[in-house]
Amino acid sequence: MTFETEASRLPVELRTEALESILVERNLVDPKVMDTYIKMYEQDVGPMNGAKVVAKAWVDPEYKAKLLEDGTGSIAELGFKGPQGEHIVVVENSPETHHVIVCTLCSCYPWPVLGLPPSWYKDPAYRSRMVREPRKLLSEMGLELDDGVEIQVWDSSSEVRYLVLPERPAGTEDLSEEELAGLVTRDAMVGVAKVSV
Amino acid sequence: MDTIADMGGMQGFGSVELSPPFDPPFHEEWERRAFAMALLSMRVSGTNLDSFRDALARQHPIDYLIDGYYGRWLNCAVNLLTDSDIIAPGAVEARARRLRGEDVEEPPAPEPHKPDYKPTAAGSIRKIDLPPMFSVGDRVRVADMHPTGHTRLPRYVRARTGVVRAIRPAQVLPDTNAHFLGENPQHVYNVEFDSQYLWGSEAEKFTLYIDLYESYLEPEET
Repeated sequence: MTFETEASRLPVELRTEALESILVERNLVDPKVMDTYIKMYEQDVGPMNGAKVVAKAWVDPEYKAKLLEDGTGSIAELGFKGPQGEHIVVVENSPETHHVIVCTLCSCYPWPVLGLPPSWYKDPAYRSRMVREPRKLLSEMGLELDDGVEIQVWDSSSEVRYLVLPERPAGTEDLSEEELAGLVTRDAMVGVAKVSV
Repeated sequence: MDTIADMGGMQGFGSVELSPPFDPPFHEEWERRAFAMALLSMRVSGTNLDSFRDALARQHPIDYLIDGYYGRWLNCAVNLLTDSDIIAPGAVEARARRLRGEDVEEPPAPEPHKPDYKPTAAGSIRKIDLPPMFSVGDRVRVADMHPTGHTRLPRYVRARTGVVRAIRPAQVLPDTNAHFLGENPQHVYNVEFDSQYLWGSEAEKFTLYIDLYESYLEPEET
């Protein structure tokens, strides 16, 4: 078997620049369209969307019931839809059950509500271990779950995408929906952390 | 194909480093460019999301691991564009060498051959008339299949028995759609597996849920 070592390979930055220069020179891609995609996922689509969904579910029991029944439709009501969000299933954490999301085959992730995945979600260690030793991995990631808590792991192998509805932390009774949304983190909506005050 | 992309249950990758909660999606300019180009490469090459995932998975395992996530996307775009003869094999490497000042010849642009393919609708979800073969609560055996082409059936559940917990909307079958052999839309089932059944009695106790296409499932033998 032969393969180029890391040192002898052309750097990925340079290969990226090369492909772009070929495609742009031949009018196959428009750099302005590329910029639009980039801007969309840097500025407009991210975990702040999912946080609004979670906060609304916390303050509005009717919305929460609908969200758990029809994730896609209830999320679209708040204006969030698009690529990688054709069918979103929301799973609710409780003191008895903890849900966590992974994609072992690539890095499928609910873009309309969480944006593009963070580095660790795409990491081989996360993808390989979350379906084999989730409790140990979660603990290494800083989330210690009591032995009595049942862990449910969701591997995103089809076009179904998952969003975790985290538990609302105690002591937040007086907060507004907007203030609550400010507490909700990306990690909690993937299931590798809890929401804290 | 049984590729490096199928990572469920592999060992030896070490621990996971959490990134800050508000970590931006891109850290370097080339990651932004690779991301956008890879998305656009599907349209330019006349392919689809399933071919995209196939092209991601079938790159050399060393490239897959060394180049990182957006590097993988770049390699995937190059695969798709080369397959459809939009760019010649070696074109990116030659251009890269020229960009850094080497005097190398670039291969001429080939005559494009995009796949003869048109999706019947946007996205992957389809309405089908056929009733689902399985019901919630059914015990199902996952096929012991090892296709040479694309699949979304991970190794770690093959030939295992689980319980159907939900029926998902019908979806295009990635295994055929990735290779333009038809959308083959079918029911998708959420199937539950017990962790100690999958990984042995010493393994952690938890429940695993995974969405599997009807073609991947058989009724449990009685």
